[in-house]
Amino acid sequence: MISPPLLAIDDLEVRFRTEEGESTPVRGVTLSVAAGETVALVGESGSGKSVTSLAVMGLLPRPAGRVARGRILFRRRSEQIVDLAAMPSSEMRKLRGSEIAMIFQEPMTSLNPVLSIGEQIAESVRQHMGLGRAGAVKRAVEMLDLVEIPDARRRVDEYPHQMSGGMRQRVMIALAMSCNPSLLIADEPTTALDVTIQAQILALIDRLRREVGMGVLFITHNLGVVAEVADRVTVMYAGQVVESSPVKDLFRSPRHPYTSALLNCLPARAKRGADGRRMVQSIPGTVGNVGEGCAFAPRCAHSIEMCRTSSVALEADGERSARCLRWREILA
Amino acid sequence: MWLTLGRRIGGLLIVMFLVAAMVFFLTRLAPGDPAALMLGDQATAEDIAHLRQVYGLDKPILVQFVLWLKEIATGNLGQSIFLQRPVTQAIAERAEPTFFLALFSVSIAALVGIPAGIVSAVWRGRVVDQIVSGLAMLAANIPSFWLGLIFIQFFAVRLGWFPVAGYGDPGAPFVERIAHLALPATVLGIVNSALIIRFTRASMLDVLSDDYIRTARSKGISEIRVVLRHAFGNALVPIITVVGLTAALLVGGAIVTETVFGLPGIGNLVVSAVLRRDYPVIQGALIVVAGIYVLINLLIDIIYTFVDPRVRY
Ligand SMILES: Nc1ncnc2c1ncn2[C@@H]1O[C@H](COP(=O)(O)OP(=O)(O)OP(=O)(O)O)[C@@H](O)[C@H]1O
Ligand SMILES: [Mg+2]
Repeated sequence: MISPPLLAIDDLEVRFRTEEGESTPVRGVTLSVAAGETVALVGESGSGKSVTSLAVMGLLPRPAGRVARGRILFRRRSEQIVDLAAMPSSEMRKLRGSEIAMIFQEPMTSLNPVLSIGEQIAESVRQHMGLGRAGAVKRAVEMLDLVEIPDARRRVDEYPHQMSGGMRQRVMIALAMSCNPSLLIADEPTTALDVTIQAQILALIDRLRREVGMGVLFITHNLGVVAEVADRVTVMYAGQVVESSPVKDLFRSPRHPYTSALLNCLPARAKRGADGRRMVQSIPGTVGNVGEGCAFAPRCAHSIEMCRTSSVALEADGERSARCLRWREILA
Repeated sequence: MWLTLGRRIGGLLIVMFLVAAMVFFLTRLAPGDPAALMLGDQATAEDIAHLRQVYGLDKPILVQFVLWLKEIATGNLGQSIFLQRPVTQAIAERAEPTFFLALFSVSIAALVGIPAGIVSAVWRGRVVDQIVSGLAMLAANIPSFWLGLIFIQFFAVRLGWFPVAGYGDPGAPFVERIAHLALPATVLGIVNSALIIRFTRASMLDVLSDDYIRTARSKGISEIRVVLRHAFGNALVPIITVVGLTAALLVGGAIVTETVFGLPGIGNLVVSAVLRRDYPVIQGALIVVAGIYVLINLLIDIIYTFVDPRVRY
């Protein structure tokens, strides 16, 4: 019997109440992450990746944002399965930072400038692991060692402004990992860093994942990074998951036209663009008002009348799933 | 850090020199001869000339200035024309009510203003915020003399809880004298809390949307901890500034409040000195007040280094 995944998001819908009225930045996200696995969540800017991850963390901005539909099932260390979307916030707080941790995109601003990095890591450790002050500081030093920050014993007393962006992102990782989470959400953890540092951080996250067997939900724009770190990929478009596949399958034979379009934007693919498919560099059109039909239909070269009028479900097929009426025809 | 401190103190001396020059020349610009004023209508020209000589008022103005600078540099602020005693002594006698009034007022203003500002920011747009912001607006616009009179009428005259006015007998026990400050300090505390509320609210709102607050929340710590440790810790610099400046202004003597409550403080001293053209007292008081103002600013800078590591290194 296969054990249930660590995280299983089922048909998630998130609504925001803003001054301009209600918006629904996430409206049909289904994805799962198993223990020890890295799942990449990709999609263009504004497609709802961060909102999805904040919903998992229970950190949607209040009182504007709320989960309107769907479940976020999480398997706790105790093997108990809980629905994070329906959890009281006091319970959620106990999971946050201990069983589920998150790394944010902006290493330069994500750490508190007036607290030493040791204090910031120790705070989390004391909260969840019940250690005293001395034990927590010791743990902080261990964590800094673990993320390969040289001279950790001294640097534990430093403040964020004394460190480079790459070092700060290592501190963020140390902070996130300090209570041995079983799920790590990394929201574009390397976007703000230069390429060599980026590679080091990716290697670090990957090493930690292998060593402790945690699941990683890795949000990124960068398909190069996806190819490198992910086991499976979930593609989002306009608040919906349009395709989920093992990484090799997705790169070899994308099923959703949006995924193909994304892959064609990769520099390596664009060069051999003479293979009949005519989409290069950028996907024409913009995300329109999403109504009943397929959200991508207005920009899709394969769309037919039915794509615009009937709602399209995410169709599962073995390890893969796609939200497209015509994927079989298009592939053939 | 020591270098910065040295530079600050150098700047402070320059500021004090400029203040001294301004104080001296501006008081001389005002019309009216203090010697003539002092001696009254019946005085002869000789009497006036004699008195001018005694106080050095007959010398060229630049000479007067240099002599005066030399004196204040050694801590001698001269002799009061009317009070028949050294200016330093006159100021020292009046310092106690002003100092404690300032201390109590600013404490009340901070104890009311900071929590109110935090609450207002955390529940931004909600009913509490609207109430607090409304009260702050009201407090900012109430004239202190009016509030003072209402307080006297109600708490002192009607209820008899506090002395009506004055500062008691100089020989009375300290606690008894201090009791006279309860009402004026509350009035000034309320009036000055308005600015502190607004600064605290704005500063907290600014900080609460920062990325590290989201990080703090992602650690699963309590919301109180997020607000007080992570947000307030970062909002402190502007709050300290406004509290410090409030204190500095109050040390200068809350002239209106001192007058309403009949407190024999610095503000009171300056007002009577102005009416009598008692140059040495006016100048001396202004120098002392400016000096305290500048010192409080230095103190604020030093406190910054404790709350913000980015200033320290
Ligand atoms: N606090 C908020 N209030 C209202 N709308 C919001 C809020 N946060 C995000 N949104 C909206 O939700 C949508 C999805 O945003 P989200 O940040 O999840 O995108 P993303 O996929 O993470 O994009 P990026 O790649 O740029 O990070 C956007 O249209 C955004 O305007
Ligand atoms: Mg995002």
